Amino acid sequence: MDFIAVFDNLNWDSFVQLTVNGLTLGSAYALIALGYSLVYGILKLLNFAHGDVFMVGAFIGWGVIGVLGGSANPIVPVWLAISFMIIAAALGCALLGVVIERFAYRPLRNAPRIAPLISALGVSFFLQNSVLLLFSADFKTYNTFDFSGGTLFLSGINWGPLHISLLRIIVIGSAFAMMGLLALLVYRTRLGKAMRATSFDREAAAMMGIDVDRVIVWTFFIGSALAGVAGVLVGLIFSQINHFMGFNYGLKGFTAAVVGGIGNVPGAMLGGLLIGLAESYSFGYISDVWQNLIVFSILVAFMLGRPSGILGRADIKKV
Amino acid sequence: MSEPNAPPLEGPGIGKDEWVARVEARTQSGLPGEIRRFLLALPPWARIALIAVPAACIPALTNNGYFLQVAIDTSLFVLLALGLNIAVGWAGLLDLGYIAFYGFGAYGYAMLASGHTGLHWQAEVAIPVVVVATALLGFLLGLPSWRLVGDYLAIVTLFFFQIFLTVVNNGQRIQLPFKKLEAGLTRGPNGISDVDPLNFFGWHLNSLREYLWLAVGAFVVVIGALYLVNESRTGRAWRALREDPLAAEVMSMPVNWLKLVAFAAGAGIAGLTGTIFAAEQGSVFPSNFDLALLITLYAMVILGGVGSIYGVVIGAVVINVSLEVLRTPAHASWLFFIGLVLVFPVILKSWRLRGLVVAGVIGFGFAVHGIVGALWSGGVDGSTTGEAWIDRLIDNWVLLPNDPTVIGRWAYVTLIAAVLGLTLLRGLWRAAAIVPVLYLAACVWENVLVLQPSVARYIMLGGMLVALMAARPQGLLGSPRVEIV
Repeated sequence: MDFIAVFDNLNWDSFVQLTVNGLTLGSAYALIALGYSLVYGILKLLNFAHGDVFMVGAFIGWGVIGVLGGSANPIVPVWLAISFMIIAAALGCALLGVVIERFAYRPLRNAPRIAPLISALGVSFFLQNSVLLLFSADFKTYNTFDFSGGTLFLSGINWGPLHISLLRIIVIGSAFAMMGLLALLVYRTRLGKAMRATSFDREAAAMMGIDVDRVIVWTFFIGSALAGVAGVLVGLIFSQINHFMGFNYGLKGFTAAVVGGIGNVPGAMLGGLLIGLAESYSFGYISDVWQNLIVFSILVAFMLGRPSGILGRADIKKV
Repeated sequence: MSEPNAPPLEGPGIGKDEWVARVEARTQSGLPGEIRRFLLALPPWARIALIAVPAACIPALTNNGYFLQVAIDTSLFVLLALGLNIAVGWAGLLDLGYIAFYGFGAYGYAMLASGHTGLHWQAEVAIPVVVVATALLGFLLGLPSWRLVGDYLAIVTLFFFQIFLTVVNNGQRIQLPFKKLEAGLTRGPNGISDVDPLNFFGWHLNSLREYLWLAVGAFVVVIGALYLVNESRTGRAWRALREDPLAAEVMSMPVNWLKLVAFAAGAGIAGLTGTIFAAEQGSVFPSNFDLALLITLYAMVILGGVGSIYGVVIGAVVINVSLEVLRTPAHASWLFFIGLVLVFPVILKSWRLRGLVVAGVIGFGFAVHGIVGALWSGGVDGSTTGEAWIDRLIDNWVLLPNDPTVIGRWAYVTLIAAVLGLTLLRGLWRAAAIVPVLYLAACVWENVLVLQPSVARYIMLGGMLVALMAARPQGLLGSPRVEIV
């Protein structure tokens, strides 16, 4: 490694720029991580298909652009077009998540733990290849730059040499808005209370009159909707999507959930942002090919050193 | 065998042990049960010979390179599936990094015997070195399993697989500290393409036939060893670990050691398979080791029956041969209808219903074809690619639009929804609903899936994993799990 170059890069502007990039990416990871975390908290199931639900969300967003007449001149105002994309992806993915739960996971509620994992693997592969079959393997593009003649990129906050584009503000803003809504839902509503109770002890919750199946369906609904939103946001940032993207984002999202403390809502948000920042800094300061390796090292370090994550509580098991 | 006063099979729950002992008799009905009982009645060497001898005789029957190649691939898949079965089936550890071991073995051999590094080791040295190195790597990856179980272990191993791919794909940027290679460690995506054929004590393996014999020989050795291990103290300890890790530990079994050995043994087999693969192909590329391969292996292990060595072998053979047949659209039609015939008895129980449904599907098809043809001739104008009688029959039975792209997409999505809906129906409703669904399936098959065989095969593998897990988690030959609460 060329250390001189590394120190050369360590100037303030690029640091802030990388931080903004990291936060943008991290807010998408946080949304994905929330879905993993919610489902894991309640079912103790690692939903491998979650990354692919995210991918389907990105494709729904792409489809909505197409229906609205392409990003160069959509038939509705740009803000409305983006809202439509987000809402359609959220609803579509929520529906997909509920269907997956109903048909792939519910029959395995009391099976040995390895069974739903394999089923999840199958669902993930099925979704990936179905999208490949329907839309072929080439990259699809959102043409984000064409939205209102590039304003999304060109305008925004200018602060000295630093430029934070409107698009990044939209992405970070909507991600945080979703997280705020989720936090309200989990901590302030009856459904949220039921979710927390189910996650604490499913059997006891059932005995207290909570309809556990309903809670699980809602959990999948909410988690998958967040993944759909994340899909559209990622599509907007990077402009390119393909059928295989869910795998990588899913792994990163899961890592974020573990780092923050799986089953813990603020933890998933924090973990997502941390992973996004770590990836962005390693991209800027170390190399552009080994981000996966770095994220992996973080994951292994946490799993071995502090499996409960930053904000999670250690799971004390009585035998 | 049967005692005169055997208690009735469905009795009250008293005497649970009796109930448990008879679980096989109750659940293993039909053809899988027959096969299973037949296999269990044979002595172990006969069972192995039953698989190995026909495989070894293939070169005597045909000299067709394609058939030999398929036979070699199948044997390699069988070896890989056997190795995966150790960690997943016996020890109950979900190892998603297994392909990395296979790739490590292949690349390891390519490093030791190719023009890439300039080393040209003899196979009798290179193979043991690679196998031991891969097993050590398996040991290393097994270490996290001391603290992690289930999902966490799965994700760490999956990440390990991802890292392996990253390293191999970017290997042109890595240099060994002690030896400078012109093209870096692995040549990146270009792969290493001048791998030596295997060379045992000066005997060069050059023909496909020799590689097939080598693969079958490796299979006999591996399956023999696995049989002995399975019946040994270690094998029993693995099963105890799978059923209840806590209880196993309380019984003073060396749980951590068992996990490491399971990982290492599986990895060693994968490494051995990797060397044969690299030498036979004469090259290795990063794209040889992808997620699709992992899913295929899992499908093989699950279909055959997790934990049953013979089941795993049968699963690997069935799946690999089916996937090969699927490559040609003309053969794929046959496979589809054969598959339907095989699946049919599972969905419908009585013969009368089966007959009615078959007649219904055929009639429904001709009716729909006639109506659509009268209303919109573009809907039936297409034709299948083949010229055999089955293709001409299909031309007149299945809707084949001129341009199936858009209609095909909707039909595919509708089919998935319809199949999911079908699982919710019971009894006569289900039998009635099967008719249009089957016809829709045939239409989608001929219009969409046959055109993209490489995608269709993975869609079916994914769907099969989900369906098997829900309907028959023990696979074809595995023993059903009995839980006493």
